[in-house]
Amino acid sequence: MRNERLEQARNAGQHLHHFHGGLRLRHNKKISCELPLEQVPLPPRFYVPLLQHSGQEAKATVVTGEKVLKGDRIGYLGEAGRGCIHAPTSGTVKALARRPISHPSGMNGLCVVIEPDGLDQWKELHPITDWRKADPSLLRQRIRESGIVGLGGAVFPTAVKVDEASERGIHTLILNGVECEPYISCDEMLMREQPDSIILGARILQRAVGADRTVIAIEDQMGAVSSALKESVTRSGASDIEIVKVATIYPEGGEKQLIQVLTGLEVPSGGRPSDLGLLCQNVATATAVARAIAEGKPLIERIVTVTGSGISRPRNLVARIGVPIENLVDQCGGYTKDAARLILGGAMMGYALGSDGNPVIKAANCVLVLTEFDIRTPQPEMPCIRCGECARVCPALLLPQQLHWQISNQQWDDAGEYGLTDCIECGCCDFVCPSHIPLVEWFRFGKAEISSIASERAQAGVARQKYEAREARLTREKAERRRRMEEKKHALRDDAQRKKKIAEAISRARSRQDEEK
Amino acid sequence: MLAAILAITIISGLFGLGLGWASRRFHVEADPVIDQINTILPQTQCGQCLYPGCRPYAEAIASGEADINQCPPGGETGIMALARLLGVEAKPLNPDCGEEKPKAVAVIDERVCIGCTLCIQACPVDAILGASKYMHTVIESECTGCELCLPPCPVDCIDMLVKKQTTGDWKWPRPEVASQFPATNPAITSGNHP
Repeated sequence: MRNERLEQARNAGQHLHHFHGGLRLRHNKKISCELPLEQVPLPPRFYVPLLQHSGQEAKATVVTGEKVLKGDRIGYLGEAGRGCIHAPTSGTVKALARRPISHPSGMNGLCVVIEPDGLDQWKELHPITDWRKADPSLLRQRIRESGIVGLGGAVFPTAVKVDEASERGIHTLILNGVECEPYISCDEMLMREQPDSIILGARILQRAVGADRTVIAIEDQMGAVSSALKESVTRSGASDIEIVKVATIYPEGGEKQLIQVLTGLEVPSGGRPSDLGLLCQNVATATAVARAIAEGKPLIERIVTVTGSGISRPRNLVARIGVPIENLVDQCGGYTKDAARLILGGAMMGYALGSDGNPVIKAANCVLVLTEFDIRTPQPEMPCIRCGECARVCPALLLPQQLHWQISNQQWDDAGEYGLTDCIECGCCDFVCPSHIPLVEWFRFGKAEISSIASERAQAGVARQKYEAREARLTREKAERRRRMEEKKHALRDDAQRKKKIAEAISRARSRQDEEK
Repeated sequence: MLAAILAITIISGLFGLGLGWASRRFHVEADPVIDQINTILPQTQCGQCLYPGCRPYAEAIASGEADINQCPPGGETGIMALARLLGVEAKPLNPDCGEEKPKAVAVIDERVCIGCTLCIQACPVDAILGASKYMHTVIESECTGCELCLPPCPVDCIDMLVKKQTTGDWKWPRPEVASQFPATNPAITSGNHP
């Protein structure tokens, strides 16, 4: 069975298939694709958050007052490939301060504040120029050290994915250039302007994980992209890279959805693409890999789309991690008069930011500023009428109305059985709900509750073990004490023995008295 | 007639043997429902349920002696899970047993601690480290927050501290219907960095 599926997955991209549900949304991408990419100049201060991944904050590896060079490691978590953070420029560490870090909670997190010295001087770089012959494990090691994460927005550590893929053995590398969320165009601009680095990244990744071929998936509405990529493939001389155009339906860029479109197979619930012999990476991640290997440079910048009707001149910018978002907005001509809301990420999956003083993070693919006119007027939440629209559009084939009911009644086990953890939070159900139920908010809440219950159970298991071990120890000690008492009593039962013991005790006491004198 | 009686006797004899064999072969030592209840209980071993630990309480629930709403650390979630497992109606927490509190850990004020080891003896999960006349300290990751170390301390140097939330353990809150009607949209404030 698995072999059959592997065989079918091997033909990824030969025939296109469909995934369930999804929405055709207004694209809104053109406005930000008219101007070419531009570098954001050095700000007076960088604020580099130490939490740019899921889980715990990384530990700072620098102290206040320390001089750093561009690319020096400033944060580290100690786990394989997780939480590696590098200095975006050369300069001085001014402080380690708690500041807003562009996190959905709106909470503060530790940031490394760096004042640039203006020289923008790289640390000593060690490119792996002969990557064609280098040991794949060396390439993976470099990916691990370079702080590369999935730049599509999920920021899952690339090293973890790549290590797993090479361990399990994969045949096809899929590069995801399907940027299905409205407004976001950073991958499109990247593919248009830097196709060579994507192709180079694809070839390096292919070698690092031992894949036979690469499929680069793009949308059929991306005009110039296809020819740019094809020319680049010809230039590179690679024969095992294919460009596949897929229809633009939201959320086709989701990893599981894209795999379904390319192969006709579903990634099993709780499984990973490597179950089908596939590895899926974003195109921007591939460029980051190319830069890390061929130039020796860690991930310190990314392309950010600054767009929306609240921005004067929407465009894509190359921004270093840690630049305050207001600098990006200024470079795009500032806000329009009627700008009303600042969102990090796209219109469907992004979250509102409290301030534009927040820094750019590795997950920041888009800064979206909307006007009052764009925002859906808040509607009162009505009871579910069980129309089933949400189930019709759900790309994960779930039953959102059922899950909503289970979560609001705290039936966590049921919600888990109904596949809540397979929800990709795309927002399609939310979008079509005629009762204006914030379904995705409920699902995020439900997922968080389920995982916290699981971790509480695990903690309880540890506590139970410790409690039982302690009980066993106490009983054992008690039994031992009793045994010793019995032995003593037994020894004293014999008359001669008793007299001897008493004499011994008296002599011991005497000698002690003498010593004291 | 005789054949029928014989046949039925033989068949029932065979079934009897089969059942007898099965009851030995598949014998279950403990009542599995006790274990199932015990896994739901939070294992704080705090005794607020009026039983000397989580397992005795689980046994009491299984035998029908205790109700499912006597565990404050397990809270509403725990009661719901028990109700679901046992197929009974969920009910509010029994106020005689205490109230549901946010999870806290014990912290010893090391300037005041005299090293008497009383708290170490009271801790049901060995989460306190120390020796006689030496400073004691709580292993934070192993403390269940049962508060059993508080009463024996002669110098009252143990405090229960509610864990401060960080971005690492933040979780999405329950959606509020009220949030559907924001008075104003959160305005974009200008840069807040110094």
